Amino acid sequence: MTTAIAQERQPAELTTRQDGARVIVQPKGDWVMEAVGRFDRRLRRIESETDPKDLVVDLSGLGRIDTAGAYLLGRTLSRCNEPASDSHFIGEHQTARRMMGEMRERLADCPEEEVKPRGVISTLARIGEGVEDGLKETVESFAFFGRTFTTGLSVLMVPTRMRWTSTIHLMETAGVDALPIISVLSFFIGAVVAFMGASLLETFGASVFTVDLVGIAVLREFGVLITAILLAGRSDSSFTAAIGSMKMQQEIDAMKVMGLDPYEVLVLPRVIACVVMAPLLTLSAMVAGVFGGMLVSWWTLDISPNFFLTRLNDTIDLKHFLVGMSKAPVFGLVIAIVGCRHGLQVGGDVESLGRRVTTSVVQAIFAVIVIDALFAMMYLELDI
Amino acid sequence: MTEAPLIEVRGLRSQFGSHVVHDDLDFEVRQGEILGIVGGSGTGKSVLVNTILGLKQPDAGEVYFRGQAMSGLSGKDRLALEKRWGVLFQSGALFSALTVQENVMAPMREHMRMSARLMKELADLKIGLVGLSGEAGSKFPAELSGGMKKRAGLARALALDPDILFLDEPTAGLDPIGASAFDKLIKELSDTLDLTVVMITHDLDSLHAICDRVAVIADKRVIANAPLSELTQNEHPWIQEYFGGPRGRAVLRQAAED
Repeated sequence: MTTAIAQERQPAELTTRQDGARVIVQPKGDWVMEAVGRFDRRLRRIESETDPKDLVVDLSGLGRIDTAGAYLLGRTLSRCNEPASDSHFIGEHQTARRMMGEMRERLADCPEEEVKPRGVISTLARIGEGVEDGLKETVESFAFFGRTFTTGLSVLMVPTRMRWTSTIHLMETAGVDALPIISVLSFFIGAVVAFMGASLLETFGASVFTVDLVGIAVLREFGVLITAILLAGRSDSSFTAAIGSMKMQQEIDAMKVMGLDPYEVLVLPRVIACVVMAPLLTLSAMVAGVFGGMLVSWWTLDISPNFFLTRLNDTIDLKHFLVGMSKAPVFGLVIAIVGCRHGLQVGGDVESLGRRVTTSVVQAIFAVIVIDALFAMMYLELDI
Repeated sequence: MTEAPLIEVRGLRSQFGSHVVHDDLDFEVRQGEILGIVGGSGTGKSVLVNTILGLKQPDAGEVYFRGQAMSGLSGKDRLALEKRWGVLFQSGALFSALTVQENVMAPMREHMRMSARLMKELADLKIGLVGLSGEAGSKFPAELSGGMKKRAGLARALALDPDILFLDEPTAGLDPIGASAFDKLIKELSDTLDLTVVMITHDLDSLHAICDRVAVIADKRVIANAPLSELTQNEHPWIQEYFGGPRGRAVLRQAAED
């Protein structure tokens, strides 16, 4: 032993000897957990090869024994008719026999885990389950939206029930606090679009169209998309985690028994905060994106800011700006709904919290992109 | 008793910000005893145990284990030490991703060299030892009731057959029958395995039934560390109130009759 931390231990040994028909198993030294693992196989063999009634355990050399040691010795005798009878023991030990008996009694047989079958059928079954889950998720999302909507209407009837403090606070955390990161990202996206436009359009001698490119791309798509994706990553996940941990701590149950509607207290403020803040954030993303494009144009194409803005004003219709802005509240709504819905579905364990946050963010981003595509098709048909 | 204490805490100071929880606290645990720690809410019972376990660094003072300062231990000694103690946290602290059986097997897997089959059998044994059924073993912690979680936590604490067992409110949340069975179990284990048990408890029945000594934390220090019978003679107002209240009197009356 290197230190006094671990107590001195006698090394464990196991000897067997034949005495007439009897097989005598003699454990020696300290039979404690860290030592006895290596005797497992030998004792199993002795147990299966020997007639149970001939088995004898010699306790005389045994030192300390713990539950693992007692279990192993007791198991060896487990096929005997009377494993506790004196005929199976030689020698005395303070605790061993009592413990062996106890260990035999206390063993709880855990059922083996079911092994999931593999193969074509189970693969198909999993695909089927996945499709079914997807459909259910969609239906549930709509149901959740409906529930939130009716709650919103009923609060509208009695506006004093609106939780202004929490709504404003959420506007700050989900909206104002996201302003710097959204603006910076959008600035870079605008710059990248301008770079790409500059190098491509210059070959045609049409580099002035970079202004149109930046204008349309940022106003119609990128401004609002960057905002939505960041909201999904930042706020959606925090909604799910916050509501989910409240669910785990039974706070939601506490609210319900107090007569508070979690939809009114938790969901509605988040939905309103997102719906209000998303367009404002989109506006700032647009400004930052156009600014990024303007700087790059100035730098690589020598298009002066003055000219850039004039051309932007002349060629880009107001409708592009309105198209971008029209999508923002929808995205905000979807993100808040998805985040809150998954939060309320968290179960009692930590695992499900993690799983729900992941699903929530993935679904929110997925929904944002799909809805964006639907908007694009719709505006194309409407010729806007 | 001439034997050196197993665990010694000297001059411990714990504070959170400006809030001082312990100030110049001395505390000791002797080999083989069952020690109960009592104290009002927020007096730092859990903080004391966490400090001994090394989960919290003391702001001043030192913890000694068999006479060796814990802060001076090498990584290897520290690991050897950690294998020798089992801890039951207040809410069980089971790994939620694993079944109860896997939870019990987790420390064995890390520290023991034995076949998976034997590990499973030993895990089943520990699960049976704490009075859980086999079916509970294949369940996940989220599917268990509070009392069962506690038992499963104890099974995991016992997984490596520790020398020292730290229990944080082991009988809280158990029904009286379950609680006294739990007490009996701890007593039995302590006797057969020469186990030293340190338990934080508010259960006066446990204090009376199984604790050899009781440490009382009040006024930021351990004001008494003595057998229950001596403790009741103590003049300190908190102790008087604690054991002189209706519940305390009932237990002491019971003790006198035994």
